Amino acid sequence: MADSAVHDIPSVYEPSLFGTYSKKIGMWLFLLSDSLTFGALLYAYSYGRISTAGWPTPFHSESIINATIMTAFLLTSSLTMVLAVRASVHGDAKGQRLWLLATMLCGTGFIVLHGREWSNLIAEGLSLPMFPKVPGHEAAIEFVNVSKTVPQFAATFFGLTGMHMLHVTLGVIYLGVVALRRKFIPVLLVLWLVAWLATPAYSPFHYGAHVLLAGAIVCSVILWLKPKVYDSSDVEVAGLYWHFVDLVWMFIFPLVYLMSAKIL
Amino acid sequence: MDAIQQALAQRAAEQQRHHGKALFFLVWGALLAMTAIEVYLTYQHMQPGKMLTILLILSFLKAALIIGYFMHLKYEVSRMKWLTMCSVVACLILMTIFFFPDARRIIELGVK
Repeated sequence: MADSAVHDIPSVYEPSLFGTYSKKIGMWLFLLSDSLTFGALLYAYSYGRISTAGWPTPFHSESIINATIMTAFLLTSSLTMVLAVRASVHGDAKGQRLWLLATMLCGTGFIVLHGREWSNLIAEGLSLPMFPKVPGHEAAIEFVNVSKTVPQFAATFFGLTGMHMLHVTLGVIYLGVVALRRKFIPVLLVLWLVAWLATPAYSPFHYGAHVLLAGAIVCSVILWLKPKVYDSSDVEVAGLYWHFVDLVWMFIFPLVYLMSAKIL
Repeated sequence: MDAIQQALAQRAAEQQRHHGKALFFLVWGALLAMTAIEVYLTYQHMQPGKMLTILLILSFLKAALIIGYFMHLKYEVSRMKWLTMCSVVACLILMTIFFFPDARRIIELGVK
């Protein structure tokens, strides 16, 4: 929309070839490149799976139910996001903020459930060599065997879902900045402290929480360099990112979880 | 003045694209329903190959709904649609050509 102001200056600027504003085209190009990142990871996972005999299917119904609820959270967050975009286009600032906060809430619910799932699996013995051992917890033989006999399983599982969880976390931070601007920085710092102090030292999330601190620093610099009121185009561009994160999960959920469900 | 009119026209077009809430709720319901079908099929003791095919078809349908309606690509100009979708699909086809014949070869050689 901002581009329309310069479209009438002849011979200097030309109207967009793609009939929309440059921020949106930029985001689409980023999402195309990111889709290739996830595409490559999913292909590597599929290749590993096809070429490995006896690929384990260890996910019990608890894991599948948990992942299904996570999927519902993400799908609902996409609905609230599209309602936030709609409110912003219609100039409803309050509605826009409320729907954005609802989206962030759903995204945070997804991250918390996913974190709980990871912690349970690690405690049961599905782990990577870089993860510290969980003290005082008896590992399940089934998962220990999986980690020993098919190490690619844990590597691809934690790699794929971890990359996606990072994207969701960054998405929540992005939406927080669009919804609350500078007011979001102290919120983010409190979340970082809570996540860091509330997780035990052997948990990967004890260190992973520092993503929130890094996010707070980067967002502070951005908001300090370019303080602005985010308009409907910013909300729509943020929405594109959020829907993409949802879209990627639509492939991870069936390929990683459902195809590895333990059928009795 | 023309620039203002153009901006207003573009804003009206934007508002037109985001008109009804009902459509968004419908798409959301369809996405949830397809997810429920996927989970149901998982426990139906199907052959892995057949189940993978069905799950992938449902995943692509869900992706199409998200891209078309939630990301509004359905309402963008044709050039935008074709450029974005063709480039991704071309790259994915290339990856398929690169990866899977070798994976199949390994299976045929008999990995233990």
